[in-house]
Amino acid sequence: MIRLNDLKISYRIGSRVIDAVDGVSLTIPEGCIVGIAGESGSGKSTLMKAIYGDIQAPMYISRGSIDYGFNGSDGRPVTTANIRDEWFKTISYVPQSSMNSLNPVVRIGKQFTDFPGTDRDKKRVLDRATAFLGKLGLPPEVMTSYPHQLSGGMRQRVMIGLATFFQPGLIIADEPTTALDVVVQKEILMLLMELQEEMNNTILVVSHDMGVHFQVTHKMLIMYAGKVVEYGDTDSVFADPQHAYTKMLIDSLPTIGDDSMRGVIASTAGAGGDRAFGVGTGLVEVKPNHFVSLAKETAGVPA
Amino acid sequence: MTLILKTENLNKVYRRGGLMGGKSISALNEVNITVESDKPVVIAVVGESGSGKTTLAKTLLRLETPTSGRAIVYDTTVAGPGATPSKRDFLGLVQPIFQNPFEAFSRYRPVDTYLHETARRVAGLDEAQADRAVEEALRNVGLNYDEIRGKYTGQFSGGELQRISVARALIPQPKLIIADEPVSMIDASRRMIIINLFKRLRDEAGRSFVYITHDLATAYYISDYVAVMNKGQVVEFGPARAVMSNPSHAYTKLLLDSIPTTKSRWRPRVSRAG
Repeated sequence: MIRLNDLKISYRIGSRVIDAVDGVSLTIPEGCIVGIAGESGSGKSTLMKAIYGDIQAPMYISRGSIDYGFNGSDGRPVTTANIRDEWFKTISYVPQSSMNSLNPVVRIGKQFTDFPGTDRDKKRVLDRATAFLGKLGLPPEVMTSYPHQLSGGMRQRVMIGLATFFQPGLIIADEPTTALDVVVQKEILMLLMELQEEMNNTILVVSHDMGVHFQVTHKMLIMYAGKVVEYGDTDSVFADPQHAYTKMLIDSLPTIGDDSMRGVIASTAGAGGDRAFGVGTGLVEVKPNHFVSLAKETAGVPA
Repeated sequence: MTLILKTENLNKVYRRGGLMGGKSISALNEVNITVESDKPVVIAVVGESGSGKTTLAKTLLRLETPTSGRAIVYDTTVAGPGATPSKRDFLGLVQPIFQNPFEAFSRYRPVDTYLHETARRVAGLDEAQADRAVEEALRNVGLNYDEIRGKYTGQFSGGELQRISVARALIPQPKLIIADEPVSMIDASRRMIIINLFKRLRDEAGRSFVYITHDLATAYYISDYVAVMNKGQVVEFGPARAVMSNPSHAYTKLLLDSIPTTKSRWRPRVSRAG
């Protein structure tokens, strides 16, 4: 389990300090997919970077801490200080537009054997990787291909293959399917869910698409203006959203076949900018495993 | 009935490779669409990457010349044999809105200069008239000219900038606006601002739209007609509600089944004990 203790992450730009994540306290249990939603600038990518341990100037942890609660490949407890040693061992990261993150001049097979600390026996790694990619629906020829020879969907499968090959306990995926078409997106998301059920690891998925979240996640974390405004079991959050911002996110997109929605969705969505919704200081458990942060004076009502 | 849009056996073939043995790709393959209506309409063109929907948009915008076939917009042939309007007449009839507003405008020029240029060159207005036209167009998209004047792209959000793109397209009073993925670069929670703007411009200002998108949900929400494209062909075309509530082509069904909805799940999600 991962525990965030009053975590505050800031950026120092010249003499200015910007708090991108402002006092987040919550616990992420093991073995579940957690979806993170919120608009650009809400702090979700910063929080993911901090959990991944990629903390570099001008970004820094200005208050609080992260407890990882699991041991690294060498048996030591993982901490913010040593987490880098765990990258691509017990923790992996699928960055945004990751299908363009493969090294363009290195064949796919070599990208599997190139990890630091991997099995010395390259032949054995290649055989295992070929079999593994086969399970993800990729033909063996992929191993000898360069990234540009593959379609976007295939590259995305390769990226997910790279991220899961070492059976990491934690995977962080930032918008893993945004650049893909719906048909391919569904294949990739199904694959991700199957792999997670097999490995029973923790996956954090950042996405703009509430539909993707509903399909894939066990828990939802909603961010707004640097704070977590709602956190809970996905079914509970979608069935009974507590925060006005969460409601707006869920209601903001039309549904096919729902004629009552056709042509009448108000365009209040997002109007009013960054401070349109009230945000309280801490999360309160309103239902079992369902937390919300409500500001007293503006609770439930967009300003 | 007004003929709003008609394509007749529209084909576009791209050739790749050398003089001999090169490869041909049919980006548009016998595309036939006819939309006649008394009222302005939104025509959605949906499909995946490589389906030919952007090539169709470019052909209608005269950015690509069709290999064969014709396209007619409001009784004017705009592409293929007999396409006669001058560039200025054409841009007074059909206007584009592009996917990425940050790329549509230069970073080094104030955004409102583009609106002015359209007013002067395409609409043929003088300086004072242009100023008024820009102000009115911006008001139509819910923006205030005084807050836009002299500002650069970096000073706006994607949604604001896309509304400015819509305002620019409105200045020559075009009959048809072709919007290629106009909301894919905008935050999900703000997309409906642009979509509702199209709806209002159709209903109140009498503009028709060709709305190119891979997002079937917004297409269903706003469109009167929908064309589903796959591999250069229109596999299904008809009234939006009929096509999307009751698809007859297997590919349309596949597309609709692949949309992640918040109503029913592809795979059960067991809530883990927290």
